[in-house]
Amino acid sequence: MNRLDISTVRSQESILSTNKLIKNTYMLLSGTLIWSALMAVVSMAIAPPPMVSLIASFGALGLLWFVLPRTANSASGLLWVFVITGMLGFGLGPTLNYYVALPNGPQLIATAFGGTGIIFLGLSGYALTTKRDFSFMGGFIFAGMLVVMIASLAGLFLNMPALHLAISAAVILLMSAYLLFETSQMVNGGQTNYIMTTIGLYLAILNIFTSLLHLLGALGGDD
Amino acid sequence: MDWMKILSAVLIIAFIIYIWPRAKYWLNNSPKAEAGDWQAALLPIGFVVLFVIVLIMLV
Repeated sequence: MNRLDISTVRSQESILSTNKLIKNTYMLLSGTLIWSALMAVVSMAIAPPPMVSLIASFGALGLLWFVLPRTANSASGLLWVFVITGMLGFGLGPTLNYYVALPNGPQLIATAFGGTGIIFLGLSGYALTTKRDFSFMGGFIFAGMLVVMIASLAGLFLNMPALHLAISAAVILLMSAYLLFETSQMVNGGQTNYIMTTIGLYLAILNIFTSLLHLLGALGGDD
Repeated sequence: MDWMKILSAVLIIAFIIYIWPRAKYWLNNSPKAEAGDWQAALLPIGFVVLFVIVLIMLV
């Protein structure tokens, strides 16, 4: 086998493993989104207190931090992904119940849901077809996330509705950039674990949905 | 509720600590953008901005 043949075999193997990663990621992402939506519906029916969102976020963060990195390379990682996304979906219940109670609430939720789907499909399709490497945005995205979190921290104690709207808008922009970044990481070999890729994409979608819902609720409609 | 705010603040601080190592890595190791890279990224993000404005006008 000459050098050209070896490099051709390697590149074919690389393409096959990338295609497998993409297929596994999107299959797991579809499953987690459906599961998460089911848990959100259950949570809406039970109508738990708002505190549940906070508890679910704490639980999900704990699992993301301490459990998922240790299990992401084994089959049990799949179980933990569903536990995390189920908790986060359940935690959405109180927020969704708040919006459902608004006069145009169901329309707001449907618009935010559809809008998030279109943003995700559009950006993923773009990153997959251009095959451009967006890893140069890594520093910008993570610095932006830190700034947004510090602003959110300030926003908790400052009564400034405009700051909350600005944070929601910034989150949509950053998570859109993150979708491009994470998808290109998957295509270009920067990320090889489909469980970690799925959870990254899931969190971006969840953040876009909640921020879009907040923006639509605050700026849309006459009431 | 003040205790809700305090718990939310603890959660945000925990998230900052959680993403800090990854942020530090990417701040130090991000490859330099080549010509046209930023345009290629800002174009779809610009469409997202326009799309969100359209959604706000629709509801």
